[in-house]
Amino acid sequence: MLIKKGAEANLYLKEWQDRKVVMKRRMPKTYRLPQLDSAIRTQRTLREPMLIHRAKEAGVPTPTIYMIDLAETNIIMEYIEGKQIKQILNTMPKKEKQRLCQHIGTLIGQLHKHGIIHGDLTTSNMILTSFNKIFLIDFGLGEYSEELEIRGVDLHLMKRALQSTHHRFARQCFGAIVTGYAKSVGKETAAKVLEKIQEIERRGRYVEER
Amino acid sequence: MPKKPKKPQHILGIESTADDFSVGIATFDGKILANITSTYIPTQGGIHPREAARHHAETAGETIHNALKEAKTPPSQIQAIAFSQGPGLGPCLRTGATAARALASYLNVPLIGVNHSIAHIEIGKLITGTKDPLTLYVSGGNTIISAYEDGYYRIFGETLDIAIGNCLDVFARKAGLGQSPGKPFGATVEKLAEQGKNLIPLPFTIKGMDLSFSGLLTAATETLHTRKHRLEDICFSLQEVAFSMLTEVTERALAHTEKPELLLTGGVAANKRLQTMLKTIAQEHNAHFSVVPKEYALDNGAMIAWTGALAYKNGITTPIDKSTVKLKWRLDQVSVPWINGE
Repeated sequence: MLIKKGAEANLYLKEWQDRKVVMKRRMPKTYRLPQLDSAIRTQRTLREPMLIHRAKEAGVPTPTIYMIDLAETNIIMEYIEGKQIKQILNTMPKKEKQRLCQHIGTLIGQLHKHGIIHGDLTTSNMILTSFNKIFLIDFGLGEYSEELEIRGVDLHLMKRALQSTHHRFARQCFGAIVTGYAKSVGKETAAKVLEKIQEIERRGRYVEER
Repeated sequence: MPKKPKKPQHILGIESTADDFSVGIATFDGKILANITSTYIPTQGGIHPREAARHHAETAGETIHNALKEAKTPPSQIQAIAFSQGPGLGPCLRTGATAARALASYLNVPLIGVNHSIAHIEIGKLITGTKDPLTLYVSGGNTIISAYEDGYYRIFGETLDIAIGNCLDVFARKAGLGQSPGKPFGATVEKLAEQGKNLIPLPFTIKGMDLSFSGLLTAATETLHTRKHRLEDICFSLQEVAFSMLTEVTERALAHTEKPELLLTGGVAANKRLQTMLKTIAQEHNAHFSVVPKEYALDNGAMIAWTGALAYKNGITTPIDKSTVKLKWRLDQVSVPWINGE
């Protein structure tokens, strides 16, 4: 059963060896050259499970990978039962929102501390389970890096996602995320990353100034 | 006795964010009566802001005169003056703003400062008849994916460094290609790309729904220096990679917003390969695809006049002391009360 038709991949809910699984299938994109298309799909199908595995080592909950089929650019992984943060964040009581966002920040910090960049931090890519655990999913645009710049962009994307989807709470939520982030990476590193975010914002077409 | 019908009132818009000085005249119900542009072409290199501003100052009078003549509008029929208040190059913006202030005070009519990026979207909607599109705005200075949501145009994706048009222009210049009136660099690159067929690996950089073109530009330029590849193949690869990046983020934004329409505008919108790619994803997501025709996709005065008209009808004017230009004015900071609901 198709559960999500994304831009990059389709997600199917399936039974596989008596387990409820998600099959993530990177479909060929006819708009791009076949050569480029297959290179992109193969690279992402390979990289995503590796990053997901490394995230676990960093103490960040991610789905278990059951199988990778490079020829079909398929990944079969654990189905995470729960709610997307995107769907619950806006209606949550203020205090709970604060706690949740701080927790999200801690997880992002854990990733960065272990050299992992998520690459697409949005509230759609976070699932809250009934055990009160937050799972991070969709590492398709992720990479390994310890560069300040890349960490900055990663968090900047989180901020932007909050601004476009949760604009009323963006400031509060991002503040809490930064607090949690600092808990994981340390105050000093967090301050440097924050400074970098400001630089990224100033650099581009991001702030009204002068 | 019936009253003598009042003459219909018009609005004049001045665009001067970059290399074009353009004047448009529109009616308040969306008829474009004139759209006259004078373009500054650098003798070498890119746009020099001061040189461009000098060109604008020199041609302003004549361009305004020609627009009024074309629209057959006597100055007394102009009810408001709109101008591009930002974002853009400082000296160029200031020249347009000065002309607008002078005109407004001479005619004793209100002034309206318009956001250039929003004007691109609004004229695109007017000309193509789209209502609530996801817009991909691609030009020499901007790369923005935007759609209306809850009172504002929101930015879903944008470039983290240089604009796609800038990337193509700089590459073309480094490759020794030339530009001439009516034939921008992008058109030359597109023509060469049509004769290319071998894909050279180049970096593909998207971050969430944002993009980065600076690494791609550097890599493509380095490929030039190795002299191992035909220029046609480099242009082809540059276009394929850059446009695949744009199409992927646009598709992500389309899936995210579920908008029923996709609108392509800006100077790079004229590229046929980009159009084909976007059309494919629009169809996959059941969105209606439109491309803004060149006259209204490039920087133009008509878009400023029309957006000014929308603002004016909603009671928005800009007092002289608030008419300072805003070099980095983001489109998501502008309230757009003329759009009601989704």
